[in-house]
Amino acid sequence: MAGTDPETVRAEPVEAPSSRSSVGKKEGPSTSSGRTDSVRFETLLRLGDDSLILGQRLGEWCGHAPSVEVDLSLANIGLDLIGQATHFLGAAGDGDQLAFHRDVLDFKNCLLVEQPNGDFAQTMARQLLFSTWQEMLFGHLEASKDETIAAIAAKAVKEVRYHAELAAEWVVRLGDGTEESRRRMIDGLDWNWRFVPELFELDEIAGEAAARGIGADPTAFRADYDARIAAVLAEATLEPPADQRPILGGRRGHHSEHLGHLLAAMQFLPRTYPDATW
Amino acid sequence: MSNDWPLWEVFVRAKGGMSHRHVGSVHAPDPEIALRHARDTYTRRMEGVSLWVVPSASIAASDPGDDAAMFDPAEDKIYRHPTFYDIPDDVKHI
Repeated sequence: MAGTDPETVRAEPVEAPSSRSSVGKKEGPSTSSGRTDSVRFETLLRLGDDSLILGQRLGEWCGHAPSVEVDLSLANIGLDLIGQATHFLGAAGDGDQLAFHRDVLDFKNCLLVEQPNGDFAQTMARQLLFSTWQEMLFGHLEASKDETIAAIAAKAVKEVRYHAELAAEWVVRLGDGTEESRRRMIDGLDWNWRFVPELFELDEIAGEAAARGIGADPTAFRADYDARIAAVLAEATLEPPADQRPILGGRRGHHSEHLGHLLAAMQFLPRTYPDATW
Repeated sequence: MSNDWPLWEVFVRAKGGMSHRHVGSVHAPDPEIALRHARDTYTRRMEGVSLWVVPSASIAASDPGDDAAMFDPAEDKIYRHPTFYDIPDDVKHI
């Protein structure tokens, strides 16, 4: 399933970079110390962008969730994720600058987190697939040789465990619920399933980060991940979706059209009023 | 959706040794989700170390229309109050 040529398959036709090209505007890694460590910088961007983009996505539910209690649950998860992003991006450089003044091609999040919310079932399917992976990843990153990454992971892993548990509870209830909730959960899993292989991609940067002991090799916990997802789906009386052609590229800045719209909403204010404070 | 869900009363223990205190209620389809909702709604700011949820329908309540018979007779029985001895300063939460 993994191992497909990363650059040739993409989620959507990639938007033309022309006028939005970020060439020449890249954040330099470790600008403060003058020392450059691009592997560490890229690793922090990937971790931070995953959390930031999913946090922003979940924020879109605010005021629109099926009940006020679910509204709070989703907002809590989103805020946890934005807290993680603050730490990861702050370790990479100027966190606000990275979050609000990068263009879409410079974001290194996985494609799964930028997927649209869809209905509540699609959101919960995405949360299960992502949070289960993130929990296992952070479990490994607690042993990172980079003290900052290890410390953030150790704090965040408890938050993420709760996210994964809550998502699993909802996947079970919707999958093993009414005819309509079951249909919606099947559709939600189908939508998100093709973005799972990217979570386990070990490209050059991830490989070097793992070899140096600052990152984690996700292929090490692929089997555990598959088993845990399978167990949740079994409890939900659902079959795992058929494997589709994996879609890769997010880690190198090749995103679906959805991310551009998300960034437009997220970045509008600080870009329009650069000196705004609150 | 939440209109179809039963109501649950939420009790939070603020710290070890204290009793659980009623803090409010949530809608939820079952006990497990009720606990999640109670956690997300009432313990976001470190308010608790333990949570109870109880189906609101399981609570038998006194009738407000009957409160005179229920509560007034206790009003003038001052000898029932434990106010005739000193409580040591070290004893908390009484």
